[in-house]
Amino acid sequence: MSLITTLARMEAVREGRAQPLTTVRHRHLSARPLAFVPLTTAGEAGAPLGALVGTDRDAPRLLIVAQPRDRDLRFAFLAELAEEIQPYLDSYADEVELEERKETDPETGKKVPVQVELCQDAPQLLVPSAAGVAFVRLLGRSMRFRRTAEQDPETPFPAPARVPLLGRWLTHYGERARVPGSCLLLSLTELLSRHWATGQSNLEDQHLGSLLAWIDPPEGVPGAEAALRAESERDANGQLRCPPAGPSTDPAFDNKLLAPAMSRYDAARAEASQGVAGGGARLRLAEAELRGLIESQLRPTWDALWRGVDLLRALPEGARVADRWKRDRWSYTGHRDRVRAGEPPQPKLDDAVTAAQKLAARETAQAQLEAHEALDDPLVMAGRRLAGEAFAGEVIDVEMAWSDAKVPRPRPLVTIRTEDRPHLAERVKLHRVTDDGRAQSGEFAGFADMDGADEADGADVAEGPGDAHGQGRALVVRLTGGMGRGKQPEPGTVPEKGDRVCWTLFEHAPRGGPELPDPESTPWTHGGPPDAAAPAQGPQPDPMTEEDYL
Amino acid sequence: MIGADPAAAAAHPGRARADEPFDPSAAAARATEAILHDTLHGADRGVVVDSPPGAGKSTLVVRAARELAAAGRPLMVVAQTNAQVDDLVDRLATADPDLPVGRLHSSDPHPYDPVLDGHESVRTSAKIADLAGLDIVVSTAAKWAHIKHVEPWRHAIVDEAYQMRSDALLAVAGLFERALFVGDPGQLDPFSVVGADQWAGLSYDPSASAVTTLLAHNPRLPQHRLPVSWRLPASAAPLVSHAFYPYTPFRSGTGHGERRLSFGVASDGSGPDRVLDEAAASGWGLLELPARRTPRTDPEAVAAVAQVVRRLLDRGAVAVSERSGEPQPVAADRIAVGTAHRDQAAAVRAALAGLGVSGVTVDTANRLQGREFDVTVVLHPLSGRPDATAFHLETGRLCVLASRHRQACVVVCRAGVAELLDEHPSTEPVQLGVTVKFPDGWEANHAVLAHLAEHRVAWRP
Repeated sequence: MSLITTLARMEAVREGRAQPLTTVRHRHLSARPLAFVPLTTAGEAGAPLGALVGTDRDAPRLLIVAQPRDRDLRFAFLAELAEEIQPYLDSYADEVELEERKETDPETGKKVPVQVELCQDAPQLLVPSAAGVAFVRLLGRSMRFRRTAEQDPETPFPAPARVPLLGRWLTHYGERARVPGSCLLLSLTELLSRHWATGQSNLEDQHLGSLLAWIDPPEGVPGAEAALRAESERDANGQLRCPPAGPSTDPAFDNKLLAPAMSRYDAARAEASQGVAGGGARLRLAEAELRGLIESQLRPTWDALWRGVDLLRALPEGARVADRWKRDRWSYTGHRDRVRAGEPPQPKLDDAVTAAQKLAARETAQAQLEAHEALDDPLVMAGRRLAGEAFAGEVIDVEMAWSDAKVPRPRPLVTIRTEDRPHLAERVKLHRVTDDGRAQSGEFAGFADMDGADEADGADVAEGPGDAHGQGRALVVRLTGGMGRGKQPEPGTVPEKGDRVCWTLFEHAPRGGPELPDPESTPWTHGGPPDAAAPAQGPQPDPMTEEDYL
Repeated sequence: MIGADPAAAAAHPGRARADEPFDPSAAAARATEAILHDTLHGADRGVVVDSPPGAGKSTLVVRAARELAAAGRPLMVVAQTNAQVDDLVDRLATADPDLPVGRLHSSDPHPYDPVLDGHESVRTSAKIADLAGLDIVVSTAAKWAHIKHVEPWRHAIVDEAYQMRSDALLAVAGLFERALFVGDPGQLDPFSVVGADQWAGLSYDPSASAVTTLLAHNPRLPQHRLPVSWRLPASAAPLVSHAFYPYTPFRSGTGHGERRLSFGVASDGSGPDRVLDEAAASGWGLLELPARRTPRTDPEAVAAVAQVVRRLLDRGAVAVSERSGEPQPVAADRIAVGTAHRDQAAAVRAALAGLGVSGVTVDTANRLQGREFDVTVVLHPLSGRPDATAFHLETGRLCVLASRHRQACVVVCRAGVAELLDEHPSTEPVQLGVTVKFPDGWEANHAVLAHLAEHRVAWRP
């Protein structure tokens, strides 16, 4: 945890209210997101119990599995879920714009520009918590290898139409969510804790109810107290007033309410199948009871999710968020194209090359996200400055200079007075954005003497680098780029005396990793090319495990 | 610790029988011959060499490169950082001034150490085509990864292979047919700034070390070990070997008394002076400050570190070693301060500047890897912390910090680290298919602490 976050958390404790970590919103929020609040059954991984799903906060669709161990009911649930989510996912597929992209021509091997489609917007899934993201991934994994009767008439337990397709989409969204800064699938707890610091631990912040209690406590109630209530207050029946955001349920709810209701449902179902008089009515009654119970656990989370969305929408969007959202649109468009091209579902495990590519892409995305957030938001930049990774100050001197090359290049020396204490060493590379949004590079050239008048100012900070030598805190930066191509820098590209500038030690547009070999030419050190004979529809189930569906 | 004595359990071809006196030079020479034999004449595509701290890894790389070149087999050398590449090229050119060596570098300004320009047989270029036909071409893994469409080299040497990530090896492995992988398994593992749990347990986990992946796919490759540390003194090798290499022990190349540290000025009785005397006498010193939870840049601990360095210089430390019969002064460039975090290093630098000390290397464990000094002063990674995270418990971090010195190591630490360790057992989730590393950081930390406790000087600044 950075120093500024620690400070914000301490302030949150003192104020009894969460403190902002940002001045803008650093994630894209769709105008019409699809909210998905799932619940799972205790004791069986990937057995859904119910869900609220929809784009209309006032009219969510409630789906339940009355008996989660019944595979037919589970499939019925997944079919309904697909009915609800798939049209939403598809609704963005056809509104496209054309983008020019460089592609390698297979005949000439040269890079040629081609026009490709890019979806104008992309569907966005919101879940309450990080565990919800993991559940989306799990659902995707359990669904994408299923076969429908249409795909394979021989399959013993055909899945309903759309279920494998939704599995592929959920897998794509779950995988995309691992890319730092991506916004196709977001959890509210992560979104909110990026933008506010509460007075509780990171672990406690994963509880949506108590997180909201810190950010937006009821009038006159301190955040800590409101959070404690959200976490643990129970009614006369011993039930939580604020049910957990799932997908796990509260054990008290499971034991006292859900299990008896499920037993009644099982009994009524048995009676109905035996044709006992009134059995059908009792079955409908028992199912209605279960629907009511499950909705009672889901609805508070549903409302909390949208409350969180309201809080986030009140923040203005960061300037570079749209750039990153465009990458999400590319990701969505790319998967749309793979589905349309009839490609098989994503494999169970990545091969060596894919894994390395994903890791490299995510590391680049992480570096880019950190740079974007700092550039978009002075409060985030303040944290980086405090950590010694950036400095801001006033230009007190500019001296023109040129490089020794045959064609001399401008290398002006800019002296900046700053209160910050960056971790600098000779020739450390520096980066900044000019007022007109262009990138400029420089390097640290040393400390400068300050005027005698400034020495007293420097004396109260005893141990700064350079202070010990009586040099004051004036840093000299040699500009190395961003001044055009000529011998003279282009007007406006060199800061002037009196300008406020902010230099960072981190790059703003980090380069991606090197090109990796094709999977077919995986080297011997990594096991050679993947087995071409492996079944295209995913690996065979484990013979030792019954029902190896995952 | 597991029952059997690991030193006895791990038999090694390079080791003399127990009834003969241990001859470090002979043991090291036998190991080197076996490695070179497998490299030059073996049938396997790879040879792996584990090298404990200061065991002559660079010497081995230089020798293997020269012998391959002499046998008419051009080779590429992969190192991990530009500093390592420059150092290696410099050593190669110094060892054989007529050997044509290429230094492939990036197109950034100041891409390589200008010292290389002083060697006539070294050619530097950012383009591989300019270096075609040279016996040896050296570059970083990152630069090699961008080289495409060239005829693969028949041989490669991969240096610091344990610090290379699996995905970096994937990017360059197509460039060579067979390779010698050299590295220190006890130093810091490579890391990733984003989560890589999803691949944990896969044989080609891209965030694992290159050697892990290599051996997972090629378990029969010959593996060798250098048995002698020439850097670590006789006082340090047993502890470092026991704490960090329990199943692959090594010995020091020098015996007790062959290296000595002494001071021209007597102790003034202060904590820093007493701990320096203890370190001079025994090779280790622990300056223990009162227990307290502090921010990372604990001002008292930082000041204590700076004070120890200042006194070390002021008292005119001189070192005797096997390299020269005459006592040599321990100047600032023979001293290093090691920390866990960059901000701690920055704070120590500032404190040293405040005491008028310059020229002392102050850096994090990551950046001190592969470096060697006479005396090191270490700010203990767990000093003053309220918790022991996986980062601070990492075995390699402590191993690097405790194995950079030729003479003595002084550790500055708050009291209470042993209790802190007991309160924070490792809590990392167990991943299926991941080989458990021994020793874990918890065990290694306890082993080092137990040893340091015998050389403790308590001090209240």
